[in-house]
Amino acid sequence: MNPIAGVGRLGAWAIGSVRALGRFTLFARTLLGAGASPPLRLRRLVAEVYDAGVLSLLIVCVSGFAVGMVLGLQGHNTLVRFGAEENLGAVVGLSLIRELGPVLTSLLVAGRAGSAMAAEIAAMVVTEQLDGLRMMSVDPLDFVVAPKALGMILAMPLLSTLFVVFGILGGWAVGVIVLGGDAGAYLSTLEQATEFSEDVLGGLIKAAVFGVLVGFIATYQGFTARATTAGVSAAATSTVVIASVATLIFDYFITALWGY
Amino acid sequence: MEIEARDLQFSRGDRPIFRGLSCRFPRGKISVVAAASGGGKTTLLRMIACLLRPDSGAILVDGTRDLVSLSRAESDAWRHHVGMLFQFGALLDMLTLYDNVALPLREHSKLTEAEIHDEVRRVFEAVGLEGVDQLLPGELSGGMVKRAGLARALIEKPEVLLCDEPFSGLDPPTVRKVEELLQAVNERTGATVVITSHHPLSTMRIADHLVMIGEGRAVEGTPQTLVREDARVADFFEEALSPPAVARGAS
Ligand SMILES: Nc1ncnc2c1ncn2[C@@H]1O[C@H](COP(=O)(O)OP(=O)(O)OP(=O)(O)O)[C@@H](O)[C@H]1O
Ligand SMILES: [Mg+2]
Repeated sequence: MNPIAGVGRLGAWAIGSVRALGRFTLFARTLLGAGASPPLRLRRLVAEVYDAGVLSLLIVCVSGFAVGMVLGLQGHNTLVRFGAEENLGAVVGLSLIRELGPVLTSLLVAGRAGSAMAAEIAAMVVTEQLDGLRMMSVDPLDFVVAPKALGMILAMPLLSTLFVVFGILGGWAVGVIVLGGDAGAYLSTLEQATEFSEDVLGGLIKAAVFGVLVGFIATYQGFTARATTAGVSAAATSTVVIASVATLIFDYFITALWGY
Repeated sequence: MEIEARDLQFSRGDRPIFRGLSCRFPRGKISVVAAASGGGKTTLLRMIACLLRPDSGAILVDGTRDLVSLSRAESDAWRHHVGMLFQFGALLDMLTLYDNVALPLREHSKLTEAEIHDEVRRVFEAVGLEGVDQLLPGELSGGMVKRAGLARALIEKPEVLLCDEPFSGLDPPTVRKVEELLQAVNERTGATVVITSHHPLSTMRIADHLVMIGEGRAVEGTPQTLVREDARVADFFEEALSPPAVARGAS
């Protein structure tokens, strides 16, 4: 194989990625402009928060509970070695609030509501619904896309909170009911170890940032989808892949930069 | 408004769609664009609506303004004068039929809900849709979608009305009804109406001006002269010109 061709392909890939990132940034800027300018379309926004939230409600609650149970079990097994099993509440709660709640919620929501959002917008491209709006001099970014992205941004912290609550319940179910730990200690260690501004607020900010990521990536993939059936499914899949990877990468940087 | 396409060139990939297409849509008249399926009828309408740009050429409005070179804001402004019925309706799935048709008024006019209600009633009645207000587009038949799309195109009283295949998928009485409606709109408002169709009978009944696209170019004229002078057009409209089969069988 010609080594120069390999370098050329690498270069083409790099240029392509930078271009895509540039297009995404332009899209995000236009979307922000469209969303921020009046009218504010409150009713559309509420509908979108509801859609994004309700779609993911069940999986977020169930997954939260399951993750909490695993944390309870693993945490108990580890803490027992140090004779510190009464601290289970703090271990389960803090890992959920600071890290697992926002991250896992974002991954779940990207797979459920994010892909649905991308596919819905892409289907509107295919069926010319967005062109129909343009013909009525209604900006599709303003009418359709911005409320969806904003709905996702608002839904994510709410869902993440639910995840955390159900996770704490799951940990309690295992630590207290199954393994016979002390219920009072579970809650009091959790309460003592948790700092509102550090942990809770940090977790919420993380979730909001992930909401921005998932919301913008999903709407971008949908809005720029090719006008074919394959384009719709490609928009959904790439949303899940890109949003999940972006969530994990951003999680590291948020944690490293702000210590959340 | 008068619209004139000059020397449009357009390709999809390396497949040429238009190779120097020129035609005119006279002010206040009903023009029908005819072509075989895939001939570029929808493409031409989308260009007039500024949803698609030709590779080269010009589309002049009233002989001066060129639609091809409009900026985004300018094409937005142009679309305020244009109503368009899409070939497949293009209604918003998430809104009911009523909200779909009311949307342009809610966005651009200062009418109260009651006034909007009256307007929507009026166009629904005109296109023959009753009692379907609260249905979603997904719950309608193709013909109903078409009529709802037409209602939405008409609601803002456009000066230029573009209709992509308004007759396809409708039963004959409804076809007649839509023909009459388009003629009435044209007469009452003086709108320039551009219709695409491969429905020979309707075309012959309502066209003031006929544009026939073939192989990326256009011939145009009144239907009567074109049919006389151009063998291809005569061929296309054979069905509308020969006496109906039923009558032949009877004689
Ligand atoms: N999005 C697209 N990508 C590639 N080619 C396209 C696209 N849309 C249309 N074409 C091609 O452009 C040509 C003209 O299409 P157009 O839709 O304008 O035809 P039409 O006359 O409206 O046909 P019909 O009567 O079936 O509606 C066709 O050959 C079609 O294959
Ligand atoms: Mg067509």
